[in-house]
Amino acid sequence: MSVKESDQRDPIRLLIVDDEVGFVNILAKRLRRRNMEVASAYTGTEAIQILRKQDFDVAVLDLKMEEMDGIEVLKIFKKMDPKMVVIMLTGHGSEQAAREGIEFGAFDYLTKPCELEELLAKIREAYQERK
Amino acid sequence: MKPDRAKDNHYYHSLTRNMLLTVIIVSFTPMILVSGVILYQFQMSYHEKTHAHIEELIQKHKQNIDSFLKEKLRDIRFMADNFTFEELRDEIFLRDKLESLQKEFGPVFVDLGVISENGIQIAYAGPFKLGKALYSQADWFQKAMKSKYFISDVFLGLRGLPHFIIAVRDNWMGEKWILRATIDFVAFNSLVENIRIGETGFAFILNKEGKFQTKPLLDIVTTRKPYIDFLSDRNTTKDEIHVVERTDESGHKNIYVATSLKNGDWLLVYQQRASDAFSDFRRTLRVALIIMLLGGLGIITMAFILSRRMVSRIARADREKQMMNKQVVETGKLASVGELAAGIAHEINNPVAIMVEEAGWIEDILEDEEFQESENLDEFKRALEQIRTQGRRCKEITHKLLHFARKTDSRIQEVQINDLIEELVALSAQKAKYSNTAINKVFQKDLPPLQVSETEVQQVFLNLINNALDAMDKKGGVIDVTTLMEGDHIAVQVADNGPGIPEANLARIFDPFFTTKPVGKGTGLGLSICYGIIKKMGGEIDVHSVMGGGTTFRVLIPLPKQGEPQEEDSAEETDIH
Repeated sequence: MSVKESDQRDPIRLLIVDDEVGFVNILAKRLRRRNMEVASAYTGTEAIQILRKQDFDVAVLDLKMEEMDGIEVLKIFKKMDPKMVVIMLTGHGSEQAAREGIEFGAFDYLTKPCELEELLAKIREAYQERK
Repeated sequence: MKPDRAKDNHYYHSLTRNMLLTVIIVSFTPMILVSGVILYQFQMSYHEKTHAHIEELIQKHKQNIDSFLKEKLRDIRFMADNFTFEELRDEIFLRDKLESLQKEFGPVFVDLGVISENGIQIAYAGPFKLGKALYSQADWFQKAMKSKYFISDVFLGLRGLPHFIIAVRDNWMGEKWILRATIDFVAFNSLVENIRIGETGFAFILNKEGKFQTKPLLDIVTTRKPYIDFLSDRNTTKDEIHVVERTDESGHKNIYVATSLKNGDWLLVYQQRASDAFSDFRRTLRVALIIMLLGGLGIITMAFILSRRMVSRIARADREKQMMNKQVVETGKLASVGELAAGIAHEINNPVAIMVEEAGWIEDILEDEEFQESENLDEFKRALEQIRTQGRRCKEITHKLLHFARKTDSRIQEVQINDLIEELVALSAQKAKYSNTAINKVFQKDLPPLQVSETEVQQVFLNLINNALDAMDKKGGVIDVTTLMEGDHIAVQVADNGPGIPEANLARIFDPFFTTKPVGKGTGLGLSICYGIIKKMGGEIDVHSVMGGGTTFRVLIPLPKQGEPQEEDSAEETDIH
């Protein structure tokens, strides 16, 4: 897929929440390059603060974070913006936890490390869902 | 390990010995006590019965002999009372009377004689030529003259043959005279000779001086005990029967029974070897002893076998318990290792994800026009693709590790054996590569699922594959892992073409703590745990090995029976993110 491909569309407003700073930064760069409005948060608290100031179409949320668990953040997100679509990002072996996330309103989940194309497809599906 | 085994052996030997001793003591003590008491009572009553029997016999013979003597005396008295001295001194008359007596009593009366006061035989009827014999100095004559009736001891006399005399004294014309009869020794002797019991019982008669009045069956010395005792005591024991048991000079124990005859002048003695008198008792005792001995041997044999068998069961139970404990520890270790591996895998996933994304970012940048003309663009793209490929590989490895680590419970669940072995082979791939070994999978398709603990089966086959890889050493080789249906079992074979196992080791290969690996390299528990796991499932595990030709482990796992309830897979997944 070409980077320029999605230029014509409305930019998707995306919030990436992960305590892996390196991962968040590089993923944000790559997604911005694909015409997305990306905000990064390295903790759940930070993500909640950002969400208070700004609306997002889709959130990519890591399940396991040191300060605040991904499920807890999801619950708060859903209260703050029920329309926001959340994709859970998880390490392998936590599919049950990811399924638990879906029960609490997450749209879907992906396992790390994942192919960017896969993540993009999932984000677009989520965006369509929001619409 | 060796001191422990020696300690265990000592413990089991001591346990066997204690059990053996306890069983023997508990069985033998009452048996010996009861048998002893019964035997003692039996011996006492048998002795009493035997003594009573002999006493009765002697009593009867005493009466017989006394009656014999009295009868003969009465006959002679009758003759002296009813015939006059004048008649009896006539030898023809006397011979006639002797014949009458012999006719009536047989040859008991040998002869008759009439003796005057001065000891001259006036008349004689009998087989000897004793006419006008002079008895004035004869001991019997002197004694006979002193009492009205007299029975002499046995003596040789003028005729030179053993005999004894019955004499009756009477008066004629103021002068004393004596009618005497000689009693046949043989006839009298037969009275005593007939007293026979068993093989060694016989009787004889002694006079006051301890001289034989009858011929004893055996040569005995009457100057020894207990004859002397009887002879010295007999005045006080006139009508009583005395029984004693004494050991003679030859060491034989004898029963002696004595009673007085002829108003205490004679002593009737009966003697018999105790071994002969109590032969029936001894025989019974021998039979009882043989039975006791055989019973005792039976008890000892049974005690030995039972204690050995029980201790062997205890030892086996101990070994199984020890193995179970080790298995629990090993499973615990495996779980810890699993958790550790899961943690590491997760930690690796994040940096790998960043690496892959960074590579992707460079790929994104390379799409910019300014880099399109770069002569190394293709090389960059190849390198980035390589990073992505290796990232995917890392992901696969960590995912397998995590998948493996998640299974640490021993709950029964449905397991597809081919999938499980596929996973294990994948896990062992790196080790196989280092061992220069190829692992071939020969799977029968569409095998039915097993109802087993996935972790345990995994442990078994991982162990077998690892052992096969260890056996290869550096030389390398081929391992064939085969699955197939065998009746109502699924058979899995792990065959290597390594150096093989020596026959001496094959017999002990499933023993706990048996290892041929260097110290610190193996616990010697792997195969014994495998054995325990497979046996617990109701399966079989065996090994076939040829030196230089390789080793094949064959595992048979039973398929679930029709209608057997299948447990839900409720294994909790390790929560790793």
